[in-house]
Amino acid sequence: MTWLETLRTGGRAILTHRLRSSLTVLGILIGIAAVMLTVGLGEGAQQQVNAEVSSLGSNLLIVSPGSSTSTAGVRGGLGSASTLTVQDADALESHVVAPDVAAVAPTVSRSETLVAGTATWTTTVVGTTPSWLGVRARTVAEGRFLTAADVRTGAAVTVLAPTTAQELFGLRDPVGQTVDVGGTPLTVVGVLTSAGSTATSNLDDQAIVPITTAARSIFGGTSRDQVQEILLEATSPSTLSAAYQEADTELLALHGITTPAAADFTISSQQQLLTTASSVDRTLTVLLGGIAAISLLVGGIGVMNIMLVSVTERVREIGLRKALGATPALIRKQFLVEASLLGLVGGVLGVVLGIVGSVVLPPLVHDPIALSASATAGSIGVAVVLGIAFGVYPASRAARLAPIDALRSE
Amino acid sequence: MSAAQDPVDAGEPTGLLVDALPAPVVPVIELDDVRKTYRSGELAVDALRGVSLVVEGGEYVAVMGPSGSGKSTLMHILGCLDVPTSGTYRLAGEAVDRMGEEELAHVRNRRIGFVFQQFNLLPSLSALDNVALPLVYADVERSRRTERARASLERVGLGNRLTHRPGELSGGQQQRVAVARALVTEPDLILADEPTGNLDSTSASDVMALIGEVHASGRTVVLITHDRDVAEAAERTVHLLDGQVSSTGVAGTPANRPGGEPRG
Repeated sequence: MTWLETLRTGGRAILTHRLRSSLTVLGILIGIAAVMLTVGLGEGAQQQVNAEVSSLGSNLLIVSPGSSTSTAGVRGGLGSASTLTVQDADALESHVVAPDVAAVAPTVSRSETLVAGTATWTTTVVGTTPSWLGVRARTVAEGRFLTAADVRTGAAVTVLAPTTAQELFGLRDPVGQTVDVGGTPLTVVGVLTSAGSTATSNLDDQAIVPITTAARSIFGGTSRDQVQEILLEATSPSTLSAAYQEADTELLALHGITTPAAADFTISSQQQLLTTASSVDRTLTVLLGGIAAISLLVGGIGVMNIMLVSVTERVREIGLRKALGATPALIRKQFLVEASLLGLVGGVLGVVLGIVGSVVLPPLVHDPIALSASATAGSIGVAVVLGIAFGVYPASRAARLAPIDALRSE
Repeated sequence: MSAAQDPVDAGEPTGLLVDALPAPVVPVIELDDVRKTYRSGELAVDALRGVSLVVEGGEYVAVMGPSGSGKSTLMHILGCLDVPTSGTYRLAGEAVDRMGEEELAHVRNRRIGFVFQQFNLLPSLSALDNVALPLVYADVERSRRTERARASLERVGLGNRLTHRPGELSGGQQQRVAVARALVTEPDLILADEPTGNLDSTSASDVMALIGEVHASGRTVVLITHDRDVAEAAERTVHLLDGQVSSTGVAGTPANRPGGEPRG
């Protein structure tokens, strides 16, 4: 008996019991679609996190004042002021001291109200150096970024993020215009390209000024050399930990601290910050995927149940087929093909439902669903394997039936 | 199933069976001291207690006996649906008594045509597909199958019912389809188990006439029945009682029988 013959017979048996077959297929279908969508959701969240990491600069290390390593919370260092200075940043810029650090960008930032003509807009003003652009993996859409000369001279210039520019100048070209920050007029020299927003900050709503201008003219205060953060860019993702070590050693030495546990600064990486987020995502994905997998298992048990019913109901048919010359192997093959056909139909329909769901659901749940071709093909494969796996027992029961017992039953 | 086992190519040349004289060298059935014991736990039931029987090619033999006489067991062994506990069984010269399930399936497929009391047609298949079913397991090509099934149905007078499902046919017609199915593989032996048990008297005589025709065309027929009237149609009757052959001889009165001297 050829495969085609076996397939035709199996297909006919399935079509003979339409309602029963479709209910069985429904079990598989729901399981496959659920697995696809939950895995897709997890995948989507992961991609979002990855995109966030790279939008912030994937080689990025952030040195912040205070220590969060001790049990007593954040250590303030000497006094309550920031313990990081421009000199720390300058030291880290040395290729001798920190060969794996490619760029250093000390930053100070504060919320300020910007005024341009009649428009006012409150945003984060960031004082930094030209390295900031590369460290933050940003680009300039229009005009230019800060220059070393701007920093050296404390030039009254600013570069606006796109949302800020939009809010202050609307459709007008902001480059060359003037904004007033706390009484200091700044000339807009450039506009950044959009980078989207993260969970914690809107990257498109900022005003960047030279760190010297920020310290002297805008923020003022007594500790003009202090910085809030030093951003470090490692030469590559693989040298991130080496860069971490170098910065750590150098800053400990500069601050005259002998025990690393007493450090008055903390170095963290973007990955570290986002690991928490992505691990929460992963936990959720595993949890939901597990529930979906259980529903798939239940679908498989449904196939087994139906196949057992089918064998019991068709005892006479099996007996007759055996009397007419069907070997046990052929009977087994027949029922396995039937079970895997149920799995295949369920798998294909489940994938269709999954694809429809991946289009319909994201706007409702506000989360992206990423379906991969390999996962989709895999789902169909899983469904078929499931059908076969749960068909083995019913099929061998059918194959073992003695023809005389089978024929005798009413 | 290999091509060599295709009933078209395998087995004795059918021409020899068609012309009952001269008699073929090898008998269709040779049973020698066949015993069958059913065991369930400690309990052992001797269903057959030393049955010897020879059926020559072209013979029409009825096996009669009351229920419990072992005739069902004998039918299962003759039909290669079961194997004897001891003794030998040669079917058309082939020792089948020690065969495994796989081999028995092939033997049933190419040597035996069954006609059951319950017809045993598959309700979802047309008459044509039901008749073609044994050919599916004989690996006969599809177009050839349809052709042979149609010819077989025409032979039993159902050439106009090819696409009907069993449910759309009368009991007598269904049994005719079953006879067509038994004939389609050109088997060495037609084994009919109470073929009229589920039929009204008109259909019953109809089917018996058909079996008579099948025999007249040269087929070897073994009929299992408890009905004396049915057994009378055969050339020879084997009586079973308590798992043994009690007598063998002519059914009914010798004058009613056209077959001449009993053989075997």
